[in-house]
Amino acid sequence: MAKIVVDVMLKPEILDPQGKAVAAALPRLGFTFATDVRQGKRFEIEVDGDPTPAQLADVEKAAEKLLSNPVIENFTVRVEK
Amino acid sequence: MKIGVVTFPGTLDDRDAARAVRHAGGESVALWHNDADLHGVDAVILPGGFSYGDYLRCGAISRFSPVMEPIIKAAQGGMPLLGICNGFQVLAEAHLIPGALTRNHELHFLCRDQKLTIENVNTAWTSSFKQGEEILIPLKNGEGAYMCDDETLAMLEGEGRIIARYVGENPNGSRNLIAGITNERGNIVGLMPHPEHAIDSLTGPSADGLGFFTSVLKAMVK
Repeated sequence: MAKIVVDVMLKPEILDPQGKAVAAALPRLGFTFATDVRQGKRFEIEVDGDPTPAQLADVEKAAEKLLSNPVIENFTVRVEK
Repeated sequence: MKIGVVTFPGTLDDRDAARAVRHAGGESVALWHNDADLHGVDAVILPGGFSYGDYLRCGAISRFSPVMEPIIKAAQGGMPLLGICNGFQVLAEAHLIPGALTRNHELHFLCRDQKLTIENVNTAWTSSFKQGEEILIPLKNGEGAYMCDDETLAMLEGEGRIIARYVGENPNGSRNLIAGITNERGNIVGLMPHPEHAIDSLTGPSADGLGFFTSVLKAMVK
């Protein structure tokens, strides 16, 4: 069954203290690969059958109204098989 | 003069806000999140706490509570509306004021007495203060960093809509030390620190917070 995935991330210009804390913890564990870390949210939305274009349009609206705050966050909507 | 104090699931400071209203000489009216009726109040306070467990984003779910519909409508018509702490976050989520509140820059939850300067005494909630007056009231928040884009910040500064600023070191990473802002009309105020916890020296660090509540009573007499 396919699901609709909405990823929400803070806009690049908004400070992300949680991401910074993760970035600072990595080298303490010996992981030295990261130059920066940003933390976001992922929503997995299930619908009956394959998502229809109308459902995807509604998810876009819901993402703008509730799942994200457009003042500080960006979002993407995609279908995952 | 009736001032409504809203209780959402997870609200903490509704009792102190109601006490502050009574202490200032007003009548407090309890408003319930699931009741879309303002019961004839002349002003509304959205108190602090962790409404809906701060799930999704602070204030994001409360903003769509049944009681918010008549509150938003009345506030857009000029009714005085004060959002304290979590209430400030609800105002931002409802887009009644610009910007957003995000995680404190040092990630720690803060709880301390904080000095502020009052920078705009022409709002419904600040007229009892003197311009530039320094006050001391509690600050307790995990997501109190006020964020907005450069254009909005310039607009807030240019129009004098920053009503209070932190004094000294920036406690939470708020842009330009912003502790509170108002809307264009001056009837809606969002404030991160807690004036309702500082209305007498017996229970608070000062009685400096009382001015917010006496201000709105004056505003409603006019």
